[in-house]
Amino acid sequence: MSSEALRAPNTAVSRAAKPRSRAPMSWRRVRKRVWSIGFYLLVLIVILVALFPFYWILRTSLSTNADIARGTEATGLFPSHLSTGAYSQDFNQQHFLTPLINSAIVALAATVITVVVATMAGYALARLPIRGSSAILGFILLAGFFPVLAMVGPLFLLFRDLGFLDSIYPLILAYLVYTLPIATWLLRNFFAQIPRELEEAALVDGATRLQALRKVVVPVALPGVFTAAILAFILAWNDFTFAVSFLETPGNFTAPLAIVNLGQSQFQVFYNRIDAAVVIITIPIALLVLLAQRRIVAGLTAGSFR
Amino acid sequence: MSAHAATATDPPTSHRRVHRGGSDGSRLAADRRLGYALVAPVVLLLLAVTAYPLAYNLWNSFHSVNLSEAGSARSFVGLDNYTKMFGSSVWLSSLERTLAFSAASVAIETVIALALALMLHRRFRGRGLLRAAVLIPWAVPTVVSATLWKTMFDSRTGFVDYLLGNAGLPGAHTTWLAGIWTSWAAIFVADAWKNVPFMAIILLAGLQVIPDEVYEAARIDGASSWQSFRRMTLPLLKPALAVALIFRTLQAFLVFDVIYIMTGGGPGVSTETLSFLNWQTFLVGTDFGYGGAISVMLVVMALAIAAVYVRVLRPETS
Repeated sequence: MSSEALRAPNTAVSRAAKPRSRAPMSWRRVRKRVWSIGFYLLVLIVILVALFPFYWILRTSLSTNADIARGTEATGLFPSHLSTGAYSQDFNQQHFLTPLINSAIVALAATVITVVVATMAGYALARLPIRGSSAILGFILLAGFFPVLAMVGPLFLLFRDLGFLDSIYPLILAYLVYTLPIATWLLRNFFAQIPRELEEAALVDGATRLQALRKVVVPVALPGVFTAAILAFILAWNDFTFAVSFLETPGNFTAPLAIVNLGQSQFQVFYNRIDAAVVIITIPIALLVLLAQRRIVAGLTAGSFR
Repeated sequence: MSAHAATATDPPTSHRRVHRGGSDGSRLAADRRLGYALVAPVVLLLLAVTAYPLAYNLWNSFHSVNLSEAGSARSFVGLDNYTKMFGSSVWLSSLERTLAFSAASVAIETVIALALALMLHRRFRGRGLLRAAVLIPWAVPTVVSATLWKTMFDSRTGFVDYLLGNAGLPGAHTTWLAGIWTSWAAIFVADAWKNVPFMAIILLAGLQVIPDEVYEAARIDGASSWQSFRRMTLPLLKPALAVALIFRTLQAFLVFDVIYIMTGGGPGVSTETLSFLNWQTFLVGTDFGYGGAISVMLVVMALAIAAVYVRVLRPETS
C-alpha cells in the first residue's frame, strides 16, 4: 500500500464536470450550498481545535505574573498588556539555552547517524541480492513497535556500568529506536522506485557499486533522504522518556525535560514561564512542518511510524 | 574469489540483471557481500536497542536485582518476580486501566480520524491549510501537547473552564486534574489531539489509492453516498485501517509521557498505566528484577496485540 500511495496521483476527477440543469433543480442547488457551508464550518472547527491551543500558550507566555494570578475570568481572551518577562526569566534565571543546545546536539547527531545508516541499508534492501531481505525488513518493522519502557531498565544498567549516565551522548543510541525503522523503510521504498537503468549505466561505465550509489543514486534519491532526515529530527527532538530516565543534572537536560522541571521547581506554578519555553521548542517543529508538509505526509505513509 | 563461485552461479530470482559476460558471477558475489555490509549497521544498532534489552530484562526477571539493597549481588529467584507481578493488585489494576484507556481512545480516535481523512480527501480551497493545521499537533513533542493541555484545563488560567462557563455549559469551575474521571478526560484530549492526525494521514493515503472508478460504478448503480462508503470505501480501506490501528493501539497501550507530565499517575495512583508502573519500578524503586518481569510482559502483550490485528485485518486476497 505504502509505495503505491507515494506514486498515486490524486485521482479525484472534478465533480463540476457533471452537466447542470437549470431552473427546476434550484432546490438541489440550495441544498448543495448549505452542505458546502456546513463543510467549511466543519473545516473551521477542526482548524480551531488544532491551532487555538497554540494561541492560548502564546497568550499565556506573554502575560504578566499578575495577570496569571488574576486568571482567565478577569483577563478574558486577550491579555491587557503583553510582557516578554517570562521569556527573559527562562533564559536568564533558568538558563533554558543550555537544554536547547543539548537537544539540538542530540537530535542532529541522531539524524545524521540515521540518515547515513538508513541510506546504506535502504539501498541494499531495495537493490542488492541479499538472502533473507524480507526477514530483515520484518525485524526492522518489529523493532519500531518495541515498547520503549522495556528498553529503559537495561539501558540504564548498561549506561550506569559504563559510567555514561547523566550525559546526553548515550541518548543518541537510544533515539535510534525511534528513527531507524521509519527511515530505513522509507528509503528502501524510495530506492525501489528509482529506475534501475540509471545505476546500470554507471556500472557499465566501470563505476563500482559504491561509486554508483554515491554519485548517481543518492543525488536522485535526495528528496527521500531529506524526508528521512526531517522525520528523524522531529522524532529525536520530541523524546521525553529516555531523557527523564537517564539525565540527572539540570545542565545536562534536554529541552523537553527542562520544561517539565521548570514547572515543578516553583512553589507556585508560573504558567507563563512554562508556556514561554513550550513556545520556544514548538517553533522549530512548526517551521519544519510548514516548509515540508508534503514530504512529511509522504514519508509517514511510506514508513508509518510513531 | 573462487570460494564464492558456487553461491554466485545460482541466479537470483527476484533481481533482473544485465549480463556483462564473464564478470557477472563475481559481480553478483561482490554485490551480495556489499549488501550484507550495508545492512549490517542498521541490524546491529537495532539489535543493540531491542534484542539486547529484551534479553537483559529476561535475565534480570529471574534474579533479584535491586540497586537500593546493599551489595546488590544478583541472586537467582526463579519465577518469584512473575508470581509477585501476577498476584499484585497494583499491576493488575494498572493493566485494567491501560486496556480500558487503549480501547476507549482507539475507538473514539478511529472515528474522528476517519472523518478527518475524508475531509482531507476532498478537493477544496484551503485543504493545504487544513493539512498543515492538523500536522503541527502531531509533530510537536508530547511535552508540548501535555503542557499545553494542562494549561488549557487549568481552572484559573485555563481556557476550558472559561469556555464552559461562558457558554453556560456544565463543567465550569472543575479542577480537572484533581478528579479521576476528569483527569482521564484531560489525558484523553491531550493524547487524541496529538495522535488523531497521524491516523488520519495513514487513512488518507489509503483513500487515495482507491480508484475513482469504484465510486463512479457505485453512483451509476444508484448507491447513496452512505451505501458506497459502507460497501466500497470501508472494505477497500482495510489495509490502511490495519496499519493505523496497529500503530495507534500499541502507542495507546504503551502510553507514558503524557501521563507523567499531566498527572504524574495521580490523583493517587488512579492514572498509572503499565508503562508508568514499569518506569517507577525501574527508576524510583530501582528494582530491575521485578521491573524486568513487567517489561517482559509488556513486550509479550505488545506482540500479542500486533498479532491479533494482523490476523483479524489480513487482506482477503492473500
